[in-house]
Amino acid sequence: MIPAEFDYTAPETLQEAISALAEGGEDAKLLAGGHSLLPLMKLRLAAPSLLVDIRRVAGLHGVERQNGDWRIGALTTHATLARSAQLGVVATVASTIADPQVRNRGTIGGSLAHGDAAADLPAAMLVCEAEVTLQGPGGQRSVAAADLFKDYLTTAVAPDEVLTEVRVPALDGWGHGHQKFNRRSEDWAMVGVCVVVKSNGGTCEDVRVGLTNMGPVPLRATAVEEALRGRDLTAESIAAAAEHAADGTNPPAELNATADYKRHLARVMTRRAIQQAVGG
Amino acid sequence: MTVTDQAPAGRHVGRPLRRKEDPRLLAGRARYIDDITLPGTLWAAFVRSPEAHARILSVDKSAALERAGVHAVFVGEDLADLAGPLPLAWVPPGVEVNNPEHWPLARGAVKHVGDPVAVVIGEDRYAVVDAAADVVVDYEPLPAVTDPELALKGAPFVHEQFATNETHRWSLGGGDLDAGFAEADVVVERRVVNHRTAGAPMEPRGVLADYRAGTLTLWSSTQVPHFLRLFLAILLGMSEERVRVIAPEVGGGFGSKLQVYGEEVLAAWASRKLGQPVKWIETRSENLAVTHQGRDQIDYVKIGAKRDGTLTALHVQIIADLGAYNMLLTPAIPALGAFVMSGVYRIPAVQTDIVGVFTNKCPTDAIRGAGRPEATHLIEVTMDQLAHELGMDRLELRRRNFIPKDQFPAEVAFGIVYDSGDYEKTLEKLLEHVDLDAFRREQEELRARGVYRGIGFSTYTEICGLAPTRAVGPQGFGNQAGFWESAMVRVHNTGAVTAYTGASPHGQGHETTFAQIVADRLGVDPEVVEIVHGDTATGPEGRNTYGSRSLAVGGEALARCAVKIADKARAIVAHKLEAAPEDIELVDDRFVVRGSPDRGMTLAEVAGAAYLNEVPEGMEPGLETTTFWDPDNFVFPFGAHACIVDVDPETGKVTVQRYVAVDDCGHAINPLVIDGQVHGGIAHAIGQALYEQVQYDDRGQLVTGTFVNYGLPTASELPSFETDRTETPSPVNSLGVKGIGEAGTIAASPAVTNAVIDALRPLGVDYVNMPLSPMRIWDAIQGANREGGSQS
Repeated sequence: MIPAEFDYTAPETLQEAISALAEGGEDAKLLAGGHSLLPLMKLRLAAPSLLVDIRRVAGLHGVERQNGDWRIGALTTHATLARSAQLGVVATVASTIADPQVRNRGTIGGSLAHGDAAADLPAAMLVCEAEVTLQGPGGQRSVAAADLFKDYLTTAVAPDEVLTEVRVPALDGWGHGHQKFNRRSEDWAMVGVCVVVKSNGGTCEDVRVGLTNMGPVPLRATAVEEALRGRDLTAESIAAAAEHAADGTNPPAELNATADYKRHLARVMTRRAIQQAVGG
Repeated sequence: MTVTDQAPAGRHVGRPLRRKEDPRLLAGRARYIDDITLPGTLWAAFVRSPEAHARILSVDKSAALERAGVHAVFVGEDLADLAGPLPLAWVPPGVEVNNPEHWPLARGAVKHVGDPVAVVIGEDRYAVVDAAADVVVDYEPLPAVTDPELALKGAPFVHEQFATNETHRWSLGGGDLDAGFAEADVVVERRVVNHRTAGAPMEPRGVLADYRAGTLTLWSSTQVPHFLRLFLAILLGMSEERVRVIAPEVGGGFGSKLQVYGEEVLAAWASRKLGQPVKWIETRSENLAVTHQGRDQIDYVKIGAKRDGTLTALHVQIIADLGAYNMLLTPAIPALGAFVMSGVYRIPAVQTDIVGVFTNKCPTDAIRGAGRPEATHLIEVTMDQLAHELGMDRLELRRRNFIPKDQFPAEVAFGIVYDSGDYEKTLEKLLEHVDLDAFRREQEELRARGVYRGIGFSTYTEICGLAPTRAVGPQGFGNQAGFWESAMVRVHNTGAVTAYTGASPHGQGHETTFAQIVADRLGVDPEVVEIVHGDTATGPEGRNTYGSRSLAVGGEALARCAVKIADKARAIVAHKLEAAPEDIELVDDRFVVRGSPDRGMTLAEVAGAAYLNEVPEGMEPGLETTTFWDPDNFVFPFGAHACIVDVDPETGKVTVQRYVAVDDCGHAINPLVIDGQVHGGIAHAIGQALYEQVQYDDRGQLVTGTFVNYGLPTASELPSFETDRTETPSPVNSLGVKGIGEAGTIAASPAVTNAVIDALRPLGVDYVNMPLSPMRIWDAIQGANREGGSQS
């Protein structure tokens, strides 16, 4: 549990951080809350030569409303998100991440840039159709959540880019649900499902379903969405739609769950999450 | 919580005194091994095998030795001057145990993942870890075996020289088994799997060895400083008085620190070799890979009963997976279960046959309960299975077979004598807390809503207070030691007391409970009784802490020692007050003349006289004495537990809703400490039943190397425990006490398992083995759906 040797810098500005990353080359890593990176380093599964700690960089914290969006600073902790009920599904999901110690240190930017498909926030970003802002030596760009997660622990964030902000469209008037299946409350989700629903007089105007840990990247359960959109939201229609939750997925088997069991869980959790979202 | 049948309490015994230990623990002022630093300390880091089984072809130390600050790299052959391999202390008379040499560093071959191959010693704690990564070991992988039943069938062999993976066979039985089964109307057989678990103490192991000027001082996070001193002296070829072992604050052991570990021997050897202190602190990854583990049995259980429920015979075949080596007590552990294989029941014929098996896994040894949780589990789940087969109420079946309270001391079929018990009473008290009629109504209502609720029971006894030497020593069970305990009481000039115990606690609260015992006998406040333990240079020889022995053996030794002091105090008071010694009695805090309560002396006044040599003619001055005490029998705590669970039939997930424990550990010295021990014990067993499992893949790779995969439960997973007590004194010791450190763990896993099966019966599931993971339960439900009722 002792990491390999590394250098450390904690710059004051974003530009300095970006420069440090660029100069540090491939083996430089950005450090935010550290609750994904540091365990990997202690297990020597990661051995960056340089850590660029952005904790001193101003302007990366907090949640504020701007037009129709919530702007969330990258260093905003899971605990802050969990306390921000106005964020809807994002707050609900954040409240289930690991344990209080992790929630108090871990950040939304770190979680999204790490891109673990077993982490809770990525699927929430998919259903919110959020965007992230990346700043690098060449300037600033926006990436939609749907384009952010490329492969297992691989995101669109370049090694010399800093994820600075997350923009989450405010889903005013939408209902949401979240089901996280794990053995212990602090565990990663064996399967997680988050749902946002816009209903109109009992009819499903729109619905988005996000799956956690059902593949190398977080997924949208589009077959469920298509099966439900425009339909009356009844227990039967929800159950029928949820049967499609695992369509086209190829979830990784894990120690105490086969792929088949995870597909089954996805169907059950999807049904429950939609019911929760519609207040059922 | 309510306490009934409470024994006549002393002034302090029986009170829920807050633990004297806790302020320093809670304030972070306790001194653990990692808090101890000596000038010039070198650090050790181990190079461990990534292979489950391999020959070591070569070890290249050169790159590691080139690193700055590295003083030495040692391999197994460098330790040629050790007097012998690591010890196995169990030599059962008339039983052959295959016992391969087991060295602090592997010689020629590695036998499990984590087996140490080399050690790097250097100046910097972090740099030695980097240097260890630079040691290049060339392995020739060999086939590995991890399934004990496969291992028994033949090659590959963990140790080629034995041409078998069988370590030994050992049996304990009595009564006519054939007649018992012939008489039975119903025979139930089950294959009960008791999977491997880790001790997982909050503080991993650690050692600091300082050899200087011919004397070794060694600090270790150990449960057994005295055993460790003896074996260090033997293995290092040192005279025993030149070795001092200190167990500082020890942050939990659960049996995993009842051991003589290679790292301890290596640190001592290297300190002598290098002339500097050597320190090693185990990482959590190492703890989960190489600190000895527990359980890992496959039990074939066969029980017979008459139609009315009367038990006629029990046969148990235990296949015990011992891992790659015999450690201090490895092969003896399953045998401890055989000692309670009759449970709380009259069974005319009981036979336990044990076969030990080597596999390419971390060795097993004592983990909380050590053989008795496995025995209780298989008995209690089989009793439920039998009740179902008989169509009988589970508690009625138990009651019908309880050993009646008027039959104690009760000899069971294989000759063990239970000291005392009243099993009806604990069960009755349990049912005061659990309204079964209300439960059944609630269960029905919930099922209608898709929630499957179940209740499970466990009525248990266990054997602890280890132990009468005649029973478990060389002439008996075969341990190469005596199992008495020692105590020394020193009254200071001011009447303050220092009491030394040979027990060596690691979280149990001895400093409080033992002080209560002494205080009552000497008429002082527990606050001025300091309990000293865990240092071989202070106090007499000791036998340390394991097997729920501290109170029943060590506490009794201390009580007897304090009585000797009180006797001397009475003689001194009689002398000073010109009365007869037999007329002096202790009333509250004064030794007074019977009938003249105004004439008396406090302990401080007695001590003043003792140290001024104002003592009777022919009596030594001073107020200090030593006692050794060896019990005549074990003690047998017992109790009745109930667990209520909800099972989500769609996912298989189990949630513990309630856990109620009624335990009887004889007279209660400190109810608060007892509750703490019971809580921890139950948590340990719920952990095993639902979450914890050490897992290897079939190539012998450990796949539960972190707490991500090794599912130690947290407070979130556990209910608020409900505890109660009855008090049936033990006749074995003057305190009337029994052990309680392991009872919760011994009792709880079958209560959980039976509750889950009770919940699942309407779904057609009759039996399921631990760990009761969601997928395993979901699979069982699916299987029952397919087959219309089945076993898993």
